Amino acid sequence: MATQDESSIFADLDDAGVDEGEESVNRWERSLRLWRETLGEQWRMLTDDLMVKLAMVTISFFMAVAILAPFIAPHQPLDRQYEGDAGIIIADWVDPMFIDSESAYVLGTTAEGFDIFSQLIYGSRAALLVGLLAAVFTAGIGTLVGLTAGYYGGKIDDTLMRIVDFLYGMPLLPTVIILVALLGPSLWNIIFAIIVLQWRSTARVIRSQALSLRERPFVKAAQVAGASDWHIISRHLAPNVLPLSFLYGAFAIAWAILAEAGVSFIGLGDPNRVSWGTMLQSSRAYAALDFGVWWWFVPPGICIGLVVISGFLIGRGYEEITNPELR
Amino acid sequence: MSKASFVIRRVLQLGVTFWAVGTVLFLLFRLMPGDPTSFVVSSQMTPEARQQIIDSFGLNDPLHVQYIAFLQNALTLDFGQSFHSNEPVRSVIWTYLPNTLVLMLTAFVIAYILGITLGVFTGWYRGTNFEKTTVVTALTARSVPTFYVGLIVLWIFGAGLGVIPMSGTGTSGMEGSWWSRIFTTTFLHHLVAPAAVLAFYYMGYPLLIMRSSMMEVLSQDFIDVCRAKGLSERTIMFKHAARNAMLPILTAAAIALGYAVGGSVLIETVFGWPGIGREMVRAVLRRDFPVAQGTFMVLAATIIILNFVADLLYGYLDPRVTYD
Repeated sequence: MATQDESSIFADLDDAGVDEGEESVNRWERSLRLWRETLGEQWRMLTDDLMVKLAMVTISFFMAVAILAPFIAPHQPLDRQYEGDAGIIIADWVDPMFIDSESAYVLGTTAEGFDIFSQLIYGSRAALLVGLLAAVFTAGIGTLVGLTAGYYGGKIDDTLMRIVDFLYGMPLLPTVIILVALLGPSLWNIIFAIIVLQWRSTARVIRSQALSLRERPFVKAAQVAGASDWHIISRHLAPNVLPLSFLYGAFAIAWAILAEAGVSFIGLGDPNRVSWGTMLQSSRAYAALDFGVWWWFVPPGICIGLVVISGFLIGRGYEEITNPELR
Repeated sequence: MSKASFVIRRVLQLGVTFWAVGTVLFLLFRLMPGDPTSFVVSSQMTPEARQQIIDSFGLNDPLHVQYIAFLQNALTLDFGQSFHSNEPVRSVIWTYLPNTLVLMLTAFVIAYILGITLGVFTGWYRGTNFEKTTVVTALTARSVPTFYVGLIVLWIFGAGLGVIPMSGTGTSGMEGSWWSRIFTTTFLHHLVAPAAVLAFYYMGYPLLIMRSSMMEVLSQDFIDVCRAKGLSERTIMFKHAARNAMLPILTAAAIALGYAVGGSVLIETVFGWPGIGREMVRAVLRRDFPVAQGTFMVLAATIIILNFVADLLYGYLDPRVTYD
């Protein structure tokens, strides 16, 4: 691993297995420092790359939008702005400002009478929520399973890897569709369904790393020194696979957002929440394509694309750190 | 471990995976909320008629009885009858699967020819602006959802310019066999847009793999030997470097093809392409679970079998691979 800090990893070895009172404070400080150094170094390497910087700016921008949504958005995303004759469905929309200067809506309204601009703003919340939660859980579960399987080997490894093999036999989107149809269309169920499948690739990669790490002298030394399995996994193995976990986490942001958009587009999105996918779905349902109402369906897709490509770029930036040959 | 026992073990694993996927699927569909009968029986039916239908679909049997019947039927590839149209699921699959395969294979062949060629060039001209632009384009192609690109293409070329049809394959009313229909201009005309959108999306993957594989190969000694022999750059690029860099592409392609068929859901929905993915979505939405189950099984089976093929292919193509 390009980023491992040899001295601090071995320094930590000296007191492995010591469990007594006053030393334990010191021990925590040490691990804290170890983690901080590892993370700090990765952050520096990552922000070296211009594309990665741009990607981070993009993600930060959408995060700010998501957090400040109530202040930026002029209306509630699912508040009807006006009532039609029938009272239920208004099959007509208000034009956006750049077409009709009298219009009060930046991007006009949807056929249901919702403000498109506000929907776009609030849509960032769904996307980032899906992306970040899926990334954290994908990387977290995958790393934990991978380390456990790789470190213990034998039956534990076999069992865990057969589960991973099984998950690899499931097509992502169709499985998410079926799980969401089963559990009910809500954003949480979509996130859950995505996580259920996505940790498979992280687990597989982390396991093969752990397999080779556990043969390394510093792990052997820790074992001889009497360190517990959990101590070795969390203090010696985990920091070494961290770049890979982050890499898969970054990619998971992208895949999860794409999957959520796809499921919502099919019509299984959360009915009580606006996402970019549901916006695309309703624009299609009301034949916005045929009417050429592009300001309804073009912006959400661009937003999805920007967030997803940022995830991929951060992931690739990370890949170059973990595998310097790519540079 | 010898190659033969590796293959045998892998075949057994294949069987276990199929069983596991089937079982999970069976449980999921039986636990799905919503009364499935309400979609097959109309409210005007008498309770007797309703009961008869429930019995004929075995919906009231205990779970384990249903499960055993399910396994027996699955072995003979019988997934029951559609709740919606009463057609056997097998014939539903036969109607839709060929359309999916035609679309996917067309897109795949185009994507891999273009992707590999561009990958060779980007690997060769590493560090140039050409490389950077191509890589960013490939990443963009993979970042924008295919269904969104599909929507935009439909909007510009379909609704706007009117040069592509908005939906379907255009062959529904035609005479003749399926084979004779797919070579009509109508069918090909309907195929252009979805295949192009998919090819654009799939292209990025072989491109990026080929690029990094090329970089690896180009740093090896035999390339220097080729240069020393005085071979032209073009000969080195295609005859020596690219051929050696192809190995990771072939196995990746087998796996990717499996996931492509599995991922057919969205593009088929956007273009109204009567394929197996769209049929699965429609079946799920109307809770026609024999069809949803059967079509899902086909999608999963494609992935499982192609993963298996990729494993075998790897050992066959690269003699350095050991089986352990």
